[in-house]
Parts: sequence; C-alpha cells; structure tokens
Amino acid sequence: MSAEPTVLEVDDLVVHYPIHRGIVGTVTRQPRRMVHAVEGVSLSLQGGEMLALVGESGCGKTTTAQAVLRLVDPVSGSIRFGGRDLVPLGSRELRPLRRRIQVVYQDPYESLDPRFRVRAVVEEPLLIHGLGGSKSERSAHVEEALRRVELSPPELYLDRFPHELSGGQRQRVAIAAALVLEPEVLVADEPVSMLDVSVRAGVLNVLDGLRRDGLAILMITHDLSTAARFAQRIAVMYLGRIVEEGPAAAVVRNPQHPYTKALLSVVPRRDPRDRHRPQILQGETPDAVAIPSGCRFHPRCPVAIDRCAVEDPSLAQPASAGDGHRAACLLLPAGR
Amino acid sequence: MSAPLLRVEDLHVWFDLAEGGELHAVQGVGLSLEPGERLGLVGESGCGKTTTALAIMGLLPPSASVSGRVLIDGTDILSGGEAAMRPHRWVDVAIVFQGAMNALNPVRTIGEQIVESLELHNRARGTAARSRTAELLEAVGIPAGRAARYPHELSGGMRQRAAIAMALSCDPRVLIADEPTTALDVMVQAQILELLDALCRDFGLALVLVTHDLPVVAQLCDRCAVMYAGEIVERGPLDLLYHSPGHPYSRMLFAASPDLAGLDEPVLSIPGAPPRLDRPIDGCPFRPRCDSAFAACVERPSLQEVAEDHAAACHLNDRVPA
Ligand SMILES: Nc1ncnc2c1ncn2[C@@H]1O[C@H](COP(=O)(O)OP(=O)(O)OP(=O)(O)O)[C@@H](O)[C@H]1O
Ligand SMILES: [Mg+2]
Repeated sequence: MSAEPTVLEVDDLVVHYPIHRGIVGTVTRQPRRMVHAVEGVSLSLQGGEMLALVGESGCGKTTTAQAVLRLVDPVSGSIRFGGRDLVPLGSRELRPLRRRIQVVYQDPYESLDPRFRVRAVVEEPLLIHGLGGSKSERSAHVEEALRRVELSPPELYLDRFPHELSGGQRQRVAIAAALVLEPEVLVADEPVSMLDVSVRAGVLNVLDGLRRDGLAILMITHDLSTAARFAQRIAVMYLGRIVEEGPAAAVVRNPQHPYTKALLSVVPRRDPRDRHRPQILQGETPDAVAIPSGCRFHPRCPVAIDRCAVEDPSLAQPASAGDGHRAACLLLPAGR
Repeated sequence: MSAPLLRVEDLHVWFDLAEGGELHAVQGVGLSLEPGERLGLVGESGCGKTTTALAIMGLLPPSASVSGRVLIDGTDILSGGEAAMRPHRWVDVAIVFQGAMNALNPVRTIGEQIVESLELHNRARGTAARSRTAELLEAVGIPAGRAARYPHELSGGMRQRAAIAMALSCDPRVLIADEPTTALDVMVQAQILELLDALCRDFGLALVLVTHDLPVVAQLCDRCAVMYAGEIVERGPLDLLYHSPGHPYSRMLFAASPDLAGLDEPVLSIPGAPPRLDRPIDGCPFRPRCDSAFAACVERPSLQEVAEDHAAACHLNDRVPA
C-alpha cells in the first residue's frame, strides 16, 4: 500500500494461561489445564496504519495486545520491534522499549487516578521514564499532548480532576498521557466501547488524526463498523487464531471466511430500509480449553463439510480475494 | 378508535437530591403503544430513559416524585398510587431491568427463581409452576436441562434469556427491555434481538426497547422516540426518522454511528454535553450543541406534528406565516 516501514512484526505468537485449579484441584492433583488464548498469531503493523483486531470476547484479541505490551509471557513466537525480538527480553532490557509502545484502555473511568489533575496525569509518564527535561519543558510537552487530542486550549483542562471531565474528554486525557512519551505504536483496547455514541466519533477521529501523522495503531474492537470505517486493515480472530486478514474495505465488502460473513451480517445498519436477515451463529465462542479438532470454527460453521473436522486450514490468499487478503478456510479455492 | 394498549401523557419525574435541590429527570414525556408494536426509546446516557421506564412500572425510588398519566387500555394507573398500579405491574407491563443478567440471585438456580416469581404473583404453584417454568424457558431458548443451573454457570446470553423469562412469567402484553444487549458480544446480541423479535411476532407482545444504540432500533423496531434532556424531541416511524428527520439531534445521532453501508462517510461526534437537569433549562435544550440553531431557539420548542404520526420539537419546523 505505502512505503511506510513496518514498525511491529508479530510472528507465530502462542500464549497459554494456566487455569486456576482451586484448592481441591491442587490437593487432588488434577492435571493442570491450559487456556490456549493465542495459538499462532502473526501480524504486522506499519507507521501511519491502524490495524483492527476484531472478534468476540474470549477470542484472544486482548491477550495478543497484552503480549505485544509484554504484560504476559508468550510460550513461543516473536515480537519484533525497534530491531529486537521482545519475547526473550527481561524487564530491564524492556524498560527503554516500553516507552515506545503505549496503551489506552477501555474504561477511562478506571484508568485515570481520580486524585490527580489532568496536568499530573499527563506528566506522570514523563516522570516515570525520567524524560521531558526541566519542569517548564515538561509542561510544554503536556500542553502539546493535550492539543494533539483536541483538548484545547490546554489551560481549560490542565487543572481539572477526572470527575470534572466528560467520558470522551477523559479518554482523550488517557490518550494524551500515552502520547506524551512519543510512542511509535499505540495499542487501543476497545477505546470507545464505554463511551456514549455521541462522543465516540470524536475520540475515533482523534486517533485517526494521530495515525495520519504517522503513529501505528493496533486497535482491539468487537465493532466491525468502527473497524471498517477507521482501520486500514482488519484481522478477524476466532479462538486464538486469525481466520481472515486484509485491507479493511476488502474484508468488509468481499469477506471470505464464513465467520467473517456471519459477523458482518449481524452488524445493525442505520437505515431501517436496509434490513436483512442476519446469519446468526448459535451458541457462543467455545472456551479455549477444549479447542475443536480440525478447523476450530467447524462446530458453528454453517457450511462445514466432513473434512473440516479433520484438517486445520492455514491462512492463504483465496482465488476470490485481492492482494494482501488472506483467509483460513478449506472451502476456499487457493489463489496465487 | 379504541384506546391504545399503553399510553403515557405529560410524565414528569423529579428526584430529591441528597445535596439539596431537585433534578428534573423526565420533563413531559408522552408515548403510546399498540398491541404487538415495537417502540425504540433512544438517547444519550442520563437523558431519562430508565427513569421513564421505572415510572411506567411504578418502581421509582422514594426520593422521586411523579406527575402525569400512565394509561392501560385507557385507564390511568398512575394517579391511584400503589393500589392502582399493583394489579397491572408484571401482568400488563413487565420490565427486563438494565443489567438484569448480572442481578440474578446467585444462590438459586434459574429454574427456582422463575418458580418463585410465578408463586409470588400467584400464577402457579408446585407442579404447575414447574411445568410453566419449563414452557417459559423453552420460549426464551434455554434448553430445559439448564433450569437446574446457577446464574454463574451460564453464559451472559443465557442469563439475559433467563431474565427475559422471569419478566414474561405473568404473560404481560408489554415488555420493556432496558439496554438488553449492551454488555453482550455482537453475535449474542443478535441472538437476543432475534428472541425479542420472535416474542413480538409469535405472542403478539408489544416491546419498548430502551437503548442508546440507534442502529439496533432501526433493525428491530417500527417506531422510535428520541429523548434528550428528559423530553422526547422526536417520535415517529423509523423510516421517517432516518430519511427525513424532524430534529437535528436525531440526524446527528444517526451520523455519529459508523455504518457498514457508508464507509466513506464522515462519522461526526456531537460537540458538547447535555444540559444539567438540576437547573431550569433556557430555550431549546439542544441549542448549545445544535448545528442549525437560529434566533427562535431561545424559546423552548414543544413537540409538534410535522407529518402524520411524526412529531418533533424543533423551531426549524415552524411554519413561516404566509
Ligand atoms: N435515584 C436518583 N436520584 C437522583 N438522580 C437520579 C436518580 N436516578 C437517575 N437520576 C438522574 O436522572 C437522570 C436520568 O437518568 P436515567 O437513569 O433515567 O438515564 P438513562 O437515559 O437511563 O441513562 P443510561 O443510558 O446511562 O442508562 C440522570 O441525570 C440521572 O443522573
Ligand atoms: Mg438507563
């Protein structure tokens, strides 16, 4: 698409969580069971690009993000950033790299300390990392960050406490606190799902502007219409795997995987004349402890054939899709 | 024409605030609902949707005072107080509370909880209550075998179905569902909406769907009432609200939701925030955020018909005298 360099490259990432056995389980020496949260995820992110990771709860999208932030330890795989693989690094070696990958969480009510004024919230990361120079230089950085998230003039907000801000403004403060460190990658985990519809667009447009200025954004969302509108690429996850990935418009207009098709069909449309029969999958995402054999989607798949219970498909470009658009389904005739 | 199944006229609710003063949460709401009809009640957080629903049910907390009329089949049940309300609550109008799926009793199985609610309302006892429970669970799509499960053993979607089954235990004619899908995943949300749709279709249930999600209403409801700062600013058939909105707020709410059919359209936020409800509102409550405000907006507009069955509270619709 563009000549922007790849800033983050995740390859064949695997993350497992042990299940809490409880006292009885431990005493009776039940075998330790594992949640296979992420099972071989690969993705890459360029500067100036937003990649949306979409899927139902429990599909592993948040775990993928946490691995990128190195808040969980992967079992295997690599996360290449800044010329290094983050996976084998210890906390001391990670420290200088952490500044360059920042995160914004879902709940702006929880993520901001209610005792700190906006000025202190945004300055805090600079102090933690010993950056930003003198007090007045830090102040300038803080104001600049507030301007970038469209909280301007900054003087209007600097001395307010979080409870004196609306939800949308709080989320902008959280983004400003991430930006003040000038990261190359921003992980945004459901950044607008707790916000009122009327203010969501404002926060998303701020993220979009930052992306246009060169920031690479990994956005976790369950909302395909937001992903379609704001991301350049979409990766659809199901039970720890990416089942489809490609340019956002291609994934939405020419979906390949039956799971993506079903997800798109249940997204409500604004126009009451645009009613259509949603293709509702029964049941919920099975838990990642007992992964189905073969294609992990086959028990819920409306078009599965016998072979799907046996063979595990891998991501490939189907004949019916364009460049850079891949899906993992046995029923799709391979392209080039 | 006969009286509508449910009619709300000039409903007001005030809350006494602990720090002194009053908050005027509902400011003259009017609604009406025919049997089998699906009405969406939408608006931003804090605009008074839940308060309106609780007032219809007669379930407001003691700090609230109410005025207005709530008519069932033409008879006012609000002015007679609790004695007038009780025979109709759950029997004619039932509600699935906002967050109900997380408020089920954790130490009782869902089957036991439905049996209890049947017994509490004198609908059935013993064996009859158990077989009615099985019917209710089937109607909401919970496999009979799961009646013996505790809430924490069920997924969010199943718990929401159980909450709906409990609301249906007295065979109501109107179901108010307050944000029934907000905390759920898209696919589970679609399953619950399909269930509500089927309940209206198969049992002639009338539905009031309370939500901030306009596209959900666009897909499921026949008519819609848009609330802003405690009042209804527009109501009418959804098709008209979307294609020829009578109030800028409705238009701006639609434009604030990204849509798969309009990938290249800008998604616009509504600047500012709703007014405080603990102070009198001067002029049109939406004026400070409105992209079309003009001189007349210093007067508060009232809800006026702009077409048949379509009303809006906006001076843009005032007829210019010829
Ligand atoms: N018990 C109460 N005491 C005082 N004020 C209240 C009380 N309950 C609600 N309010 C206020 O009344 C107004 C309307 O609240 P309500 O819960 O009806 O809004 P809503 O539209 O349902 O919002 P949401 O979408 O967040 O559920 C708000 O300003 C709210 O703060
Ligand atoms: Mg509410």
